Amino acid sequence: MTLGPPVTLAATAPQGFLSPTGVEIAFLLVGMATLGAAVITVTTKQLVHAALWLVVALGGLAVEYLLLTAEFIAWVQVLIYVGSVVVLLLFGLMLTKAPIGRSPDADSGNRWVALAVAIASAGALVWVVVDAFRTQWIDLDGAAQGSTEVTGTILFRHWVLPFEALSVLLLAALVGAIVLSRKNGDAETAEAAGTPTSATDKEQR
Amino acid sequence: MHLAYPAVLAVLLFCVGLYGVLARRNAILVLMSVELMLNAVNLNLVAFDVWLRDALHAGQALTLFTIAIAAAEIGIGLAIVLMVYRNRGTSDVDRLRDTAEGHGPDDGDHDAPEEAAAPAHTTEAAA
Amino acid sequence: MTTTTLAVLVPLLPFLGAVAGLLLGRKAPGFVRPLAILPTLTALGLAVVVALRQGGDRAIDAATELTPTGSVPIELALHLDGFAVLTAVLVGVVASCVQIYSTAYLRDDPRYPSYAALVSLFTSAMLLVVFSGDLMVLLVGWEIMGICSYFLVGHYWETPEARAASLKAFLVTKLGDVPFLIGLFALAADAGSFRITTILDKVAAGGLDHPTLIALLLLAGVAGKSAQFPLHTWLPDAMAGPTPVSALIHAATMVAAGVYFVARLLPVFAASAAALIVLAVMAAVTMAGSALAALAQDDIKRVLAYSTIGQLGYMTGALAVGDRGAGVFHLLSHGAFKALLFLAAGVIIHAAGTNSLAAMSRMGNLRDRVPDAFWTMSVALLALAAIPPFSGFFSKEAVLGAAEHTATGHSELAPATAGWIVLVAGLVTALLTAAYATRLWLLAFRGSGPAAPDHGRQPLAMTSVLWVLAIPSLTAGLSFGVLPDWFDGHDLTPTLTTSVLATGLALVGVIVTYGAWRHSSAMAARAPLAVDGREPLGAVAAHPEEGPAATEAEAITAHTPVYGSIAEAPDSADPGRLLLGPLHHAAANGFHLDALYTALFVRPTQAAARLVRFLDREVVDTYVRGAGNTANLLGTLVRRAQTGNVQTYLSALLAGSVVLAVAAVLVAAGA
Repeated sequence: MTLGPPVTLAATAPQGFLSPTGVEIAFLLVGMATLGAAVITVTTKQLVHAALWLVVALGGLAVEYLLLTAEFIAWVQVLIYVGSVVVLLLFGLMLTKAPIGRSPDADSGNRWVALAVAIASAGALVWVVVDAFRTQWIDLDGAAQGSTEVTGTILFRHWVLPFEALSVLLLAALVGAIVLSRKNGDAETAEAAGTPTSATDKEQR
Repeated sequence: MHLAYPAVLAVLLFCVGLYGVLARRNAILVLMSVELMLNAVNLNLVAFDVWLRDALHAGQALTLFTIAIAAAEIGIGLAIVLMVYRNRGTSDVDRLRDTAEGHGPDDGDHDAPEEAAAPAHTTEAAA
Repeated sequence: MTTTTLAVLVPLLPFLGAVAGLLLGRKAPGFVRPLAILPTLTALGLAVVVALRQGGDRAIDAATELTPTGSVPIELALHLDGFAVLTAVLVGVVASCVQIYSTAYLRDDPRYPSYAALVSLFTSAMLLVVFSGDLMVLLVGWEIMGICSYFLVGHYWETPEARAASLKAFLVTKLGDVPFLIGLFALAADAGSFRITTILDKVAAGGLDHPTLIALLLLAGVAGKSAQFPLHTWLPDAMAGPTPVSALIHAATMVAAGVYFVARLLPVFAASAAALIVLAVMAAVTMAGSALAALAQDDIKRVLAYSTIGQLGYMTGALAVGDRGAGVFHLLSHGAFKALLFLAAGVIIHAAGTNSLAAMSRMGNLRDRVPDAFWTMSVALLALAAIPPFSGFFSKEAVLGAAEHTATGHSELAPATAGWIVLVAGLVTALLTAAYATRLWLLAFRGSGPAAPDHGRQPLAMTSVLWVLAIPSLTAGLSFGVLPDWFDGHDLTPTLTTSVLATGLALVGVIVTYGAWRHSSAMAARAPLAVDGREPLGAVAAHPEEGPAATEAEAITAHTPVYGSIAEAPDSADPGRLLLGPLHHAAANGFHLDALYTALFVRPTQAAARLVRFLDREVVDTYVRGAGNTANLLGTLVRRAQTGNVQTYLSALLAGSVVLAVAAVLVAAGA
């Protein structure tokens, strides 16, 4: 599909760094909260708490989307991520008998290397990004860029084929998940049925 | 808004997720960290889409797709984690060492209680 | 046909017989015996014709260039003079007798076809040496004889003695052949040609640049081939081969080749007085030492082996005093009677079932079982002891006469010192030769005790050749009058002084030995363990019903287990023990030269080989193995990274990517 006519950038009227708009302040505060929640998610020793702090992080991101005028995406984020993904994660924690309360071995031995890698990559990426977009501003004053109307239009006008392909992918994932869990389940039921009968056989002999 | 804010936030979220993927022991916690990374990418996409005022809104479309795919992926991922848990009795990524030199499946992996696995099987069958 | 053509055929016919025998031996076994005998007999006939035609006149030379070498060409040349033609007749006679004898001796042997072919090949090689006029062609024949000797001595290769003996013979002669080769090259370089006539002309004309060096190098090869001290140790052990092989190789032909070579090139040796003295000393030591050793041997063939060494010493002594006519005269007569001795010994071994003289002296009536061997061996022993009028007397007298001639300073070729050395040693050896010959005869034929088992008459093929060879042993000496016409012209008549001295000493030897035998037998009869007048001895019982070759092989292998030594037997009735006294043990073991050589050469070589093996395995191989082990180690270390932990893999991957990204950014920023 084509990308349309070359876009025009927002007005680059230089805005001072020392006069942030309200949006920016809000963005910053929510961003800090999101980041804090994310950090707690990856460092806490209580597994269930990690999932709950993830909710906070994802919710914070939804607010950020709102601030960036991408409403539809914000609600989709809440619906799917917070609504189903986190719930799935919680189910997974429950089914794998994750310990309630502190678990001493939540972090592997790899964590120092991981920390180093994360810090190094953070440093490198932040520096590059800041250096690249030092003088770029987003213009939020115009029409909402992510309203439902806009999103629906582009989805069903320009991105139909990927949309349909996505549905096929979702179907495949669904079937796959069922197959994965069914195979094991069938074997389990057969075994469970088998053991009582063999036990009765032994009694009869 | 300065473009740096969402970009930097996305970078930091990404790195936090990266740390989680590499450092967490439980497979589900790893999946959570992967979600963080995906979300960071989504934020980046949306921010740049708004900045560029793209007529096609490719960034937002891709974000939607990413969210959908992430949901599918987490479903399959959890199914796999559950199967691993059933077979090995543990969902620790550390214990999954089949590709190690000289190791076969279940070499020294039997710390996690196999007795716990057996009742888990029966509970699964019952459930 | 011209004499030259006939002379070419003489070595060629046995060679063709050998090739045909080797090729056809398995496929057409009926042809093997004719192929063995007929070419050799024909060659003998042709050699006789050549000898008659040449008649001791001027030498016949013929040559064709075989290959140009860039410096000294190699030619296929013939040089037929009196020495050559007469030696060829001897070789033909002995080879034919040996082939005929072998048909009966090895009648049951499965390897007879290859044996006969090798004997034919050997005969052809010796005839090549005899007729050759070019040193390189002579060397070819020389080496072929060496390898045939290896194969033939090792004929009974199932026995460890034969295997060891064949290797020892080969190695010791090769040890002499290396300096021999160098000497040949030096000689050819000095003289500018390999042709013998050219070399002799050059010597006569201007002389060589390094006569002593060349002569000593050549003497090394002669010592090896003709079993002179110090390279004689192989010959007694080579008795582990079949008796006809001993008769051919170690009596008449191969060992005579060295003597013949020196005789051919005597002017070269005579050009250096030092070389002649060395040769004389070598001859003297060999003569005396081998005669003492022969007196102590228990194996009948070893007695004959040491006897051969001693008689060869006589020949080299004659050459050392500058009279090659005497040397070759003794070579001819010795060839006949020594071959006869060996062949008769083979008959006796088969009849008695043992090769031990101690065992034979405990058998009565052995002489009645083998009357042919008894009479012919007696003739040969008399010739060996140089009792007139047998051939040995005349030839030995020729040698002693030449020695006396040189000692009194009348020789133009040789120094007087050499003459004295040879004369004295020769007289001493005459005494000792008679002693051991008498001892052999008494122990073998005058034994007493239980009668020897009767196995019927010995085969005709074996006994008839004995009589054939007895004729020259009886009569060949009388040719001393005509031989100088064939040779250099020096008179070969026995001189009075030496004849009387030598014969007297020989008779003394006979009588002393006889007396010692009577004495020791009487003493042994009085000994407390005596049975039937003799102390019992471990009997060496082979199975005479088998073919002679098998009997001999068993007798050889049985000697050491029964008596404890290959050479001597603990027989107190042995006159040799009485005569030699404290020297007996040393003499029986060849004066411990083998032990000396083992300590001097064999052990260091083996130690060096062990050192090389150690260095190769531990030093060089360590590097090789180290290369492999290093790779292994590195692999093991790298494999440690395969922990199976996916998070570790990812961490490493991402760390690397971050580093690369930072580097790329820095480069881009810098640029």
